[in-house]
Amino acid sequence: MEILDFRWDIIWNYREYFIRGIWVTLILTICGFLGGFIFGVFLGLGKNSKRKWLYWPCKLYIDLFRGTPLLVQIFIIHLAVIPSIFGHSLGFMVSGIAALILNCAAYVAEIIRAGIQSIDKGQMEAARSLGLNHFQAMRKVILPQAFRRMIPPLGNEFITLLKDSSLVTVIAANDILYAAKVVSGTYFRFWEPYLAAAALYLILTFIVSKIVSFIEKRFSVEYNPRKDKKDEGRVAA
Amino acid sequence: MIKIENLHKSFGSLDVLKGIDYEIREKEVVCVIGPSGSGKSTFLRCINLLEEATDGAIYIDGVKINDPNTDINKIRTEVGMVFQQFNLFPHMTVLENITMAPKLIRKMNKKDAENLAFELLQKVGLREKAYNYPQQLSGGQQQRVAIARALAMKPKVMLFDEPTSALDPEMVTEVLDVMKQLAVEGMTMVVVTHEMGFAREVADRVIFMDGGVIVEEGPPEQIFGNPKHERTKAFLSKVL
Repeated sequence: MEILDFRWDIIWNYREYFIRGIWVTLILTICGFLGGFIFGVFLGLGKNSKRKWLYWPCKLYIDLFRGTPLLVQIFIIHLAVIPSIFGHSLGFMVSGIAALILNCAAYVAEIIRAGIQSIDKGQMEAARSLGLNHFQAMRKVILPQAFRRMIPPLGNEFITLLKDSSLVTVIAANDILYAAKVVSGTYFRFWEPYLAAAALYLILTFIVSKIVSFIEKRFSVEYNPRKDKKDEGRVAA
Repeated sequence: MIKIENLHKSFGSLDVLKGIDYEIREKEVVCVIGPSGSGKSTFLRCINLLEEATDGAIYIDGVKINDPNTDINKIRTEVGMVFQQFNLFPHMTVLENITMAPKLIRKMNKKDAENLAFELLQKVGLREKAYNYPQQLSGGQQQRVAIARALAMKPKVMLFDEPTSALDPEMVTEVLDVMKQLAVEGMTMVVVTHEMGFAREVADRVIFMDGGVIVEEGPPEQIFGNPKHERTKAFLSKVL
């Protein structure tokens, strides 16, 4: 049986490719997510706006980037957009991160919008009735609550992005999947390199999901050890 | 103190308020009663601009509040509002719920704001709940915190939008008692309510609204004892 006859030594021989791949995958994902998050917050707030000139461009952008495949976006950005602007390619890293930021922003925007809209409108009314302006009410009352609800979907988006970053391999990025491709091309063996790549992605997503659930717990309303202890004495006074 | 002239409010083609004229004097408690959909909540919400009046004018201490040049946020700090659904901020402790606006808007320091909050919590009988979160409190307790939160801004008027309608029956009294105490202390109050006992006992004047207009108004003895209008009689015969 060929399957049982695994040769893990070939993975070990190419370990530097895989280690580099992990770094590239992480850099692509983290940069893509951070950029996408910042951009996405503005898009999401824009799509929540009542002002038409703000709402429509945001909606159009979100529909465009959610309605087309990331793979196609990567090709367009790498082969068409960036060469048109700069006259030449800026390498897979720039194209890859740009594509992931632009794509991720559209999904983050929807998470932000849904998070804000999920907060009962009585919260805004109560804040406004105390004399807070719209901005203060958002900052003090709506966003802190919405943010808690956004943590799980944002974690999902991060994991999705981590996996989808493997698509950047089509523009010759040397990420995890690229390492597997190199090994399979060299030895004409497919089980080991691709299983190794899958295992690495699995380990990364597992770690991320652990981190997300930690953050989730940390920000839950009940968890607040500082406040429970402090100033208890004043209650009895 | 509050003067309302020819107040109209429509949502699209639906006319909810069809010309309300009324004047509320200082230290007066006015209860608004009437069937569902009569516009009584909308009337109340117009007074602190949660709804924008379609037509007419509202004056508080001589200042026209539904004027584009009026600072809405400033007006609202002077008009306290208590909601049917309490609307406490769930991510803040009771204490933070009460101190947030005084610190942010009145620029009170933390210590003064907390002293004020404890004083108000004492008043509504919930001092020991200061460090709890709203969801750890019963409905009646939450509503009393909501009253304390509104009072912390030292408003000139308190508006109550069916404050006991979302409460279990055994919790209604504790909230009404706090409101009675406020009335005794001379707070100007407008209360939309289905608690006829409260209206009869505490109100200086009662407004009966139906179909977006004030059908009848007067002292509670008159409205409950000797209503003049047929619609008032019909409504009271159902609820009393």
